[in-house]
Amino acid sequence: MAFADYPKQEILRPVKGSFIFFSLTVALLLNLLPLKGIVLTLFPDFIALTILYWCINQPLRVGMSTAFGMGLLMDIGNAGTFGQHALSYSIMAFIALLFHRRLHNFGSLKQAPQMGLILLTGQSVMLLTWLLDGSDFPGWDFFIASATGTVLWPLFSSLLRIPQRPRSDSNAL
Amino acid sequence: MEMAPQFFRHGPSLLARLVFFVLLSLLLMATDARFKYLPEIRQAFAIIIYPLQHLANAPSAVYDAISEFFASQHLTVENEDLKQQHLIDHGQLQRLRALEAENAQLRKLLETAQRLESKAVMAEILHVPRDPFNRKVILDKGSQSGVQPGQVVVDDVGVVGQVTRNYPWLSEVTLITDKDHSVPVQVVRNGLRSVVSGTGKDGTLELRYVAVNTDIEEGDMLVTSGIDGVYPPGLPVAVVSKIERNPTYVFAQVTCTPAAGVGHYRQLLILSLPTSVTETKNPAEAIETRPEGRKRDKVGIR
Repeated sequence: MAFADYPKQEILRPVKGSFIFFSLTVALLLNLLPLKGIVLTLFPDFIALTILYWCINQPLRVGMSTAFGMGLLMDIGNAGTFGQHALSYSIMAFIALLFHRRLHNFGSLKQAPQMGLILLTGQSVMLLTWLLDGSDFPGWDFFIASATGTVLWPLFSSLLRIPQRPRSDSNAL
Repeated sequence: MEMAPQFFRHGPSLLARLVFFVLLSLLLMATDARFKYLPEIRQAFAIIIYPLQHLANAPSAVYDAISEFFASQHLTVENEDLKQQHLIDHGQLQRLRALEAENAQLRKLLETAQRLESKAVMAEILHVPRDPFNRKVILDKGSQSGVQPGQVVVDDVGVVGQVTRNYPWLSEVTLITDKDHSVPVQVVRNGLRSVVSGTGKDGTLELRYVAVNTDIEEGDMLVTSGIDGVYPPGLPVAVVSKIERNPTYVFAQVTCTPAAGVGHYRQLLILSLPTSVTETKNPAEAIETRPEGRKRDKVGIR
């Protein structure tokens, strides 16, 4: 009875390294899409989401060094100062790794608000570096991207889980 | 020596790794922002990301091609318009040629330096960064096509910005609306010289430190003055859109709208540098960073 609340977890198949690489590449591609206006404001940071997902589900394979490397690539893609995204992604990866055991026990719906907080922290770090660099505050709608990231999290994490689903017919009689 | 099994090996602790990466990124930021030591590392990363940037741009390129295909029914109308425009331009060009010849003659008489004709490279906007902080675009021509930092980028109406970084096949352009970017300008009506600076917002520029009693009006056209030796003279930059003269302040607040569609068009023109500028070490730096301007901003005299 003690485990009545415990979510039913499927036993997933092992993740292929090539799939992790593929997901990070697609995330980078999504982040580099040439967008404008309202879509750009709403567009979540897919690299951050992907890194968070792998940090929680595969903490031994994807960690802060991956986050740091993706951050450097994103800095070049964004024409920003070298190291800004790297700093923000490393801190996000740190928080995710610190709590990965706890977060792993929640379903993806319950994970979403916690992800939102981590994304918000990452964006705040980014904002802080820009402000120290002498930029103006861009307005509160800057943080909308975190909100959309939160909303998209359940869908996103279930998408990344598809290749690890156990084949349903394996136990069929 | 016996190694621990995979499961028990964790490397340095989480906190140690965080401290390491945070310090590393702070170091990178400081080096990149203050000393500009890292062009080679940046270029290496840029080459990794280059195919992805092209791929990310593919959907919009396909969309453009399709909309061009469907736009063919408007071609006759457009053709008529262009023919008329061509006639008008031709007439103006003939007058310009006459003036140019006359100008050359007069300059010879005065034994002054001839103004250099500038060559131009056509480039397309490949990517617009998603940060709301920096006003930059990335063009699809780089040092392989002879693009250098400091070159001026224009569209068919006026100045768009300046190349501030180049990679083998890409270049970064800082738009004139960027907060740290300034262009020396001249009012067409009366020849008043000033410097127009970006505000960091789309479609607004400002003239800083203009005295309240200065002869400037709404609707005045600002063109590059050419005294900086980077921007060729006479390129349209902005139109004065609003002037607030408050007698309690020393300076009037002059807001301008950029003439060029900054961030509207795909195709842009990269003008070549005047030869005198290539001798100075880094013209982009001289224009882009104005530490004394920034300091004054914080004091807030305006």
